[in-house]
Amino acid sequence: MQVPCDDICRMEHAGGETEPAEAVRIRRRINSNVETVAQNLVEIEDVEFRYDVRPVLKGINMQFPRGKVVSIMGLSGCGKTTTLKLIGGQLRATRGRVRVNGQLLHDLDQAGLYRLRRRMGMLFQFGALFTDMSVYDNVAFQLREHTDLSERIIRDLVLMKLNAVGLRGAHALMPSELSGGMARRVALARAIALDPALIMYDEPFAGLDPISLGVIGNLIRRLNDALGATSIVVTHDVQESLKIVDYVYFMSEGVVVAEGTPQEIMSSNEDYVRQFVHGEMDGPVPFHYGGVPYVQDLRLNVAHG
Amino acid sequence: MDSLIARALRHIGHLVIDGVWRLGYASRFFVLVLIRSRLSFRRFGLTIREIYFAGVLSLIIILVSGLFVGMVLGLQGFDTLQRYGSAEAVGTLVALSLVRELGPVVSALLFASRAGSAMTAEIGLMKATEQITALDMMAVDPISRIVGPRFWGGVISMPLLAALFSAMGVFGGYLIAVVLLGVDSGAFWSQMQASVDLRDDVMNGVIKSFVFGVAVTAIALFEGYDAPPTAEGVSGATTRTVVTSSLAVLAIDFVLTAFMFRGI
Repeated sequence: MQVPCDDICRMEHAGGETEPAEAVRIRRRINSNVETVAQNLVEIEDVEFRYDVRPVLKGINMQFPRGKVVSIMGLSGCGKTTTLKLIGGQLRATRGRVRVNGQLLHDLDQAGLYRLRRRMGMLFQFGALFTDMSVYDNVAFQLREHTDLSERIIRDLVLMKLNAVGLRGAHALMPSELSGGMARRVALARAIALDPALIMYDEPFAGLDPISLGVIGNLIRRLNDALGATSIVVTHDVQESLKIVDYVYFMSEGVVVAEGTPQEIMSSNEDYVRQFVHGEMDGPVPFHYGGVPYVQDLRLNVAHG
Repeated sequence: MDSLIARALRHIGHLVIDGVWRLGYASRFFVLVLIRSRLSFRRFGLTIREIYFAGVLSLIIILVSGLFVGMVLGLQGFDTLQRYGSAEAVGTLVALSLVRELGPVVSALLFASRAGSAMTAEIGLMKATEQITALDMMAVDPISRIVGPRFWGGVISMPLLAALFSAMGVFGGYLIAVVLLGVDSGAFWSQMQASVDLRDDVMNGVIKSFVFGVAVTAIALFEGYDAPPTAEGVSGATTRTVVTSSLAVLAIDFVLTAFMFRGI
């Protein structure tokens, strides 16, 4: 997508004058930005984040192209959920830029952020369903809050969303009556209620049985493609997520240590990636927690046998 | 010895700074709730739902307590007044005690322990299970949608509960004094009617219960919203709600009474 020549530019062309170098440079920069925005729904540029003085993210760069499912993987505490919170605007970067749909998040006030969030859906680790509402009301919640649709249309939409996750028949149940996998699927139906452009998943596979795991994985892929959305999946479930994602970012201690397609990741020779993907016991992430030497801890005098 | 004194001073300093910081944070929260209250009135159904949970579901404890407090006042009042030959004034004693003091204060204490603790636990658990974050991520302001209706529901319920407490107390006093102890029914009601003033007594009682409603509900909601998202955090916040709001009710009652009835 190119920005057309503006009026000044057209006048210059009409006058037969060559376009000044500065104008060309600015236009190219605008065009390149527009192209990037057109390609990437979310962009993270040189982002740092710290809680008080403790650095969590140390200058990360990521792009999330439109229509793709991208995964952020890493050990607990590596900064992946913090990255998701920065994209959702729950946290603000200490340094650097986070752009969603071309909008800089740190420039937005609450109203602007809420306007943007209406185009986002988020699946929380344990669903975060409203416990005082039925499955139906949970999925209808956003439609009632943000639209003026009649109850008849809302009913149709809710049943369609629930049908997409296979739980149309469970619409009258309360969240306390659902299994973990079912709750996650209802939360997914709720997250896509407004057909968002961006869907974020925070540990969607945590604590699920193998069948539910496969179901959620397939739904993430199918819903993303059906809605033409962009999905960001924060997870440490390697095997399940590599089946469904288009691209992977690996994080460790607040930096991106590896990235690539699932095939590249599977065949990677990088120590950290290999240990993570194949679940090796020892490697860059040591098996033993740091401490004094073992011999010293057991009070053995090696010198005297 | 020096280090012990220094440590004690540091500890006191920390407590004072934490207290001031928390008071400022709570005040900011309270102002935010007031500013973002439009939804509570625009969609009054949300507030009515909270009036049901905070007010209607507190009715049993309020009515039963009111009845017993009134009966005790009837017994005690009759016993004392009879010594001076003015047992008929027991109606006045019961009514003034209830309308001026016991109605607003005791119902506020009961409201804090029944509805206040429930509000704190509910909001604390919503926070712990990420429901508050989910609302925020759905572009729905949790203060407007969750806190505001509960606040106004509590504030509206409190004076109504206090009025019912007092009415039930007067009825309890009547049962004891007139039905059980034989005080003349006409004297009981007429003395009460002559001595209870609508503006000085009833209105001041209503104002008190309104102020208590604001204090108890604001404390309960703040404690829930500020609770650490753990089981221990929510239980601690619930305890703090009952303790802090009970103390606040008693302290505010003293100040209001001083202004209203002694003209300080």
